[in-house]
Amino acid sequence: MDFDYTDEQKALKDEARRFLADASPISVVRGVLDDPARGHDEALWGRIAEQGWCGAAIPEAYGGHEFGYVELCGLAEELGRSLAPVPFASSIYQFAEAILAEGSEEQKQELLPDVASGETIGTIAVSEGPGTVSAKRMAVEYANGTLTGAKLPVTDGMAAGKAVVLAKGSDGPVLVVTDLSGPGVTREAVSTLDPTRGAAKILFDNAPAQVLGAGGDGIAALAHVHNRSAVLMSFEQLGGSDHALEMARDYALERYAFGRQIGSYQAIKHKLADVFIRIEVARASSYYGAWALSTNAPELPVAAAAARVAGCNAYWQAAKENIQTHGGIGFTWEADPHLHYRRARHLGLAIGSAKTWKRKLTDLLEEQRATEQAERQAA
Amino acid sequence: MNFDDTPEEATYREKVRKWIAANKPDLSALPADQRLVWTEGHKNAMRQWQATKTEGGYACITWPKERGGAGGTLIEDVIFSQEETAAEIHDPYYITGLKMLIPAIHQFNDDAKFNERVPPAVRGDEIWCQLFSEPSSGSDSAGIRTAAVKQGDEWVINGQKVWNSGAAHADYGLLITRTDPDQPKHKGLTAFWLKMDAPGLEVRPIHTMGGDSELNEVFFDDVRLPDDQRVGEVNDGWSVVLATLMNERAAIGQSNGLTWSDMMDLASTVETDEGTVMDDTSFRDLIADLHVDLEARRLIGFRILTAISRGESPGPEGSAAKLLWSGGTQTMMSEALDMLDHYGLIQDSELSPRAGAWQQRFLWSCGLRIGGGTDEIQKNIIAERVLGLPPDIRVDKGVPFREIPSGR
Repeated sequence: MDFDYTDEQKALKDEARRFLADASPISVVRGVLDDPARGHDEALWGRIAEQGWCGAAIPEAYGGHEFGYVELCGLAEELGRSLAPVPFASSIYQFAEAILAEGSEEQKQELLPDVASGETIGTIAVSEGPGTVSAKRMAVEYANGTLTGAKLPVTDGMAAGKAVVLAKGSDGPVLVVTDLSGPGVTREAVSTLDPTRGAAKILFDNAPAQVLGAGGDGIAALAHVHNRSAVLMSFEQLGGSDHALEMARDYALERYAFGRQIGSYQAIKHKLADVFIRIEVARASSYYGAWALSTNAPELPVAAAAARVAGCNAYWQAAKENIQTHGGIGFTWEADPHLHYRRARHLGLAIGSAKTWKRKLTDLLEEQRATEQAERQAA
Repeated sequence: MNFDDTPEEATYREKVRKWIAANKPDLSALPADQRLVWTEGHKNAMRQWQATKTEGGYACITWPKERGGAGGTLIEDVIFSQEETAAEIHDPYYITGLKMLIPAIHQFNDDAKFNERVPPAVRGDEIWCQLFSEPSSGSDSAGIRTAAVKQGDEWVINGQKVWNSGAAHADYGLLITRTDPDQPKHKGLTAFWLKMDAPGLEVRPIHTMGGDSELNEVFFDDVRLPDDQRVGEVNDGWSVVLATLMNERAAIGQSNGLTWSDMMDLASTVETDEGTVMDDTSFRDLIADLHVDLEARRLIGFRILTAISRGESPGPEGSAAKLLWSGGTQTMMSEALDMLDHYGLIQDSELSPRAGAWQQRFLWSCGLRIGGGTDEIQKNIIAERVLGLPPDIRVDKGVPFREIPSGR
């Protein structure tokens, strides 16, 4: 039984925390918040790329460093904690994972080295309008090697050079990859709840694109990629949750009311204990997801959905109760709690809401149960 | 990140699994109603099992050999317990004595008289119970009122204990008393060990709302104890309480026998106009929530095991796991009743699904949120020990015990 980071993984995580404390202090986050047109902090992105983090889970054959997925999870936890305003999630957990999981050998050779070095930022373009994406309601079309239609929001869509796009092909939904700086692509920034993570509306007008890998069911392929992203993002959620709870705890210790620290009142103590429990649920679920991701276990879809639901829930609870514990000051622009409130929502929506993932989780559990029953009957 | 035993752990597990399979008690000879815990039949079978474990060198695995243990590690003890559970051996009789009370007493007493009690306890011939809680001393665990007054070489005990698990079956107990009410609450306590058949001692089972009688009241009417059964120093009984509670480990792998998958099984049998409850959107969301929380509780158990396996002390996860367990169980049972609609009211071994197990656990789950540290106490533990928030302001601090208001 070794259901935890190893000592080496802990050391890497500690080093990442120290690095981010220096490279991504809250002033860097606020720099993007107050100037949303920037979308992300380019200097910070450069320093993170120099650390080799972008290639943490990308095989050496494609220009990565191949530290491993648990190591990448540890980095994600620290990135989440620091609120780093960088397109790491889009480029690494989503774009790189999509290429790795679904791309052809040629596409991996062509696209991954620049992503691993941080030179190219990638993203995934899925959403088109309100509601969950479905094959039925999708409008963006892929025909004759080109894309046409609009995607919004696309997280990091302004910063990205490449995108994996979910589109309606001649045989149903398909994942394609396109060059966002190429012809037929126009984009404009979209303002969102979390300005520290940029987003765009991207218009494709006969933009050249190629099918990712052998093509096939794009919805299933996307689900597969999302399972991998969900685990990694749950670690960002975990790090953010931990930090939001620490902020609330620190404030509850320094703020006095009625002659005593507000943290001495059970109304505050029990509220924060409840947040702690949600975080422990998220931690256990994320670790299980990391195990499934790093070992390519058949449990990955269920583990990913559980990690996603638990991560969304923990960060939401921690972020909102952090503001509540701060009281009036927590409602101001100058105080930092709203940064977590915004990021919690960003991470909680970016690859589908917790509600969507709950549906998915129960669907999976039902399938699993049917399979088990069939096996029992066969035996 | 893995769930594998180390090679040494795997070897040990394989060895004890085989040994348990070859030696485990056979309950099938007992009448059905005697296979249940806290019945004479079950108790005697477990007594025999404890003796078998002693002969096989698997009783008190973590104890040093000179005390009758196996000189093993905590992870070996955990592995043995896991394999017992897997073999459907459920033994609630000896845990309190062998894992909590006797190790705690040993920290204070190492005399011949007490040491004589240890081998029969290890062998399972003698059961121990904890006599701590009182009507006015529940969460406020130092608010002990049972009095011990010194008369010559003896102590005279008067008062009442309550919520004593297994006291009706116990041969010995560890008792906390008040010896000096003029001192503040945590001072002035003294601990004793005693035989449960002492004259003036009466055990009355408590019939709980869950229907069982595992818990008891214990009354003391001029019970006389010799001074050589005192545990630790006079007025230092709180140290004995703390030593005992330190031995209380997060219950790993505890189960109520019903989980989210049983909820799905039940839902797929309950018909609606659209199909079954399993097709209901809000029910499906509930299943996802239950799955996340209950699996997390299981996984937190693995995190605790990881700490033990690495030779570290488990962290604060135990309190979180307990809260998930107690609250989650009550929620799940209540949701199961809702799913059955009006029919959920029926608690009948023939008419109810699962012979009424959902209804029985619905009632029983209230106790889970109270016993072993209430939900509120667990949250205080998390807030104070994990988050470092200040303790509650105590109006009884430094006040002589006899001056503390008691209410009812």
